[in-house]
Amino acid sequence: MTRTLIRENPSIPWFLAILAAFCLGVTLMAEATGVGMLSTSFVKTLGKTLCLCLVAIAMDVVWGYCGILSLGHMAFFGLGGYAIGMWLMYARTEIIVTGSLANAPIPPTPAEIEDAIATQIFGVVGANEFPLIWAFADSLALQLLMVVLVPGLLALVFGWLAFRSRVTGVYLSILTQAMTLALALYLFQNDSGLRGNNGLSGLQNIPFFRDTPQSVISIAFFWASALALALGYVLFAWVVSGRMGSVIRGIRDNEARVRFLGYHVEGFKLFVFTLSAVVAGIAGALYYPQAGIINPAEVAPIASIYLAVWVAIGGRGRLYGAVIGAAFVSLLSSWFTGGGAPDIDLGVYEIRWTDWWLVLLGLSFVAVTLFAPKGIGGLFDLVARRPAPTAAPARTRAEAAE
Amino acid sequence: MASLLELSGVSVSFDGFRAINNLSFQIGEPELRAIIGPNGAGKTTFMDIVTGKTRPDTGRVLWGEKSVSLLKLSESQIARAGIGRKFQKPTVFEAQTVRENLAMALKAPRGPLDVLRLRPTQASADRIAAIAAEIGLSDDLPRIAGELSHGQKQWLEIGMLLAQDPRLLLVDEPAAGMTPAERAHTTDLLKRLAERHAVVVVEHDMDFVRRLGCKVTVLHEGSVLAEGSLDHVTANRDVIDVYLGR
Repeated sequence: MTRTLIRENPSIPWFLAILAAFCLGVTLMAEATGVGMLSTSFVKTLGKTLCLCLVAIAMDVVWGYCGILSLGHMAFFGLGGYAIGMWLMYARTEIIVTGSLANAPIPPTPAEIEDAIATQIFGVVGANEFPLIWAFADSLALQLLMVVLVPGLLALVFGWLAFRSRVTGVYLSILTQAMTLALALYLFQNDSGLRGNNGLSGLQNIPFFRDTPQSVISIAFFWASALALALGYVLFAWVVSGRMGSVIRGIRDNEARVRFLGYHVEGFKLFVFTLSAVVAGIAGALYYPQAGIINPAEVAPIASIYLAVWVAIGGRGRLYGAVIGAAFVSLLSSWFTGGGAPDIDLGVYEIRWTDWWLVLLGLSFVAVTLFAPKGIGGLFDLVARRPAPTAAPARTRAEAAE
Repeated sequence: MASLLELSGVSVSFDGFRAINNLSFQIGEPELRAIIGPNGAGKTTFMDIVTGKTRPDTGRVLWGEKSVSLLKLSESQIARAGIGRKFQKPTVFEAQTVRENLAMALKAPRGPLDVLRLRPTQASADRIAAIAAEIGLSDDLPRIAGELSHGQKQWLEIGMLLAQDPRLLLVDEPAAGMTPAERAHTTDLLKRLAERHAVVVVEHDMDFVRRLGCKVTVLHEGSVLAEGSLDHVTANRDVIDVYLGR
């Protein structure tokens, strides 16, 4: 089976080899494990980029392979981040609170400790009690389960309602935007139970590893992100190959025809959408401890649109295309917006890249869509012996056939 | 001969236009039946109703020995119950290879988890090879379906119908765009299929229908105008007036 999988996806060994070499290189140059050429913050940026690559391939499977243009995928990513963030905040605050109460003349009761933790965490939004959704926050195992369950269930319910009503195309995209917008608006409220617009912070401080320097934690998370990306790549390559891949691509190109072959199209869409959401949640759970903070702006509609832009620029309908797009554009983005790119003084006007980067991104998106619909990944077709299956703009054709 | 499919009193209208008007129809298994009629007679709508794409306003559509109502089933359930359809315009998955197109149609469990676990077997490869030989696409299995000629796409879609192994085949204008030799081959194939299956052929071409040599149903304005052998219906005064006489 492994042999069939690799024959159908020749990119797997290449991808894994390049990823392994990249990890080795970063490890050798990092502060904690190598010569220290790369700063800890840059290792974190690279680790975060790997997580973005993972959510990008999840997006690509849904959009590039199955034809569902989800513009709400970062909601699942953010929910994964919130789920792990709750445990990180709770556990770390618990350690601090018990430490400071240990010297009190009368030993504190568990209820007093609980109240003190709640006051610490929710003081910023004027609350001092744990909302119901924090019920499992004291257990790492249960919160890890939430990382998978919360995005998975949201996708399952949302997908079931949307696909069952045969909402497709641009209408579905608008619904997914509405979903992520609704989530962001809810999270912005102070009484949402997740600290409103403050979000969850201090996530880079891992409980029980307080004495471990960030340089070591950063490289550990970098490796964990790389492992997750590798596993995610192989998993999705398996899903989009063989008969399953045929059906999924068939749904993208002509949903009605697949139905007349006897396949329950809604069931397949729901499967792909939910699996993709779960992987997005895992990617988010690895991303936010490296970012250190999560707030509701992370699930704003624009974030999911960026994700679609990355996949489009990288080349949808091919997994490595999504990886290239996410890595290339997000790194370029932090270079431009982080002041890395030199501003251009035109005499009468100075082009500041922090302002102009979005214009550049928009222009390159338009250029890719018009002149290179296969994206950057399409370049690989020029060297590959067998042309990869194209992400034909077949939706319009299918609609015309109806 | 027990009937496999039975429609009775079926009517459907779109925006006030009665596409199907109190239509009754039945077909047994095995049987070959041709449906003819002028444009707008309701031939395609008839197929849409049977395959679940269109829901009738009134009437019954019963299927099989247990007389299951098809009106309660979804398109995919109807297809799994054993009704296969070939569209008028060849509709194949153009971005995929001929082999993938046929494999997707092959009779096999259809649930997402079943499909995920499914890997090619020798039996399925043999079946695909046999169908490819039948439809004359043996050398084209690795080709992308979008590269095929119009006639080859017609054949591929017929092959997909064979792979599904349905009990009832609904075939919409199978001979359109085919050469005379290919037409003869199609006629043979349909006749052979009708030895074991129920086959409904919608066709405009009278010569083609004549060569099928089967019972003919003439549709007009959404209901059955005449039924019987081709010679019988072509002698019918009403049929001559509305269809042949023009």
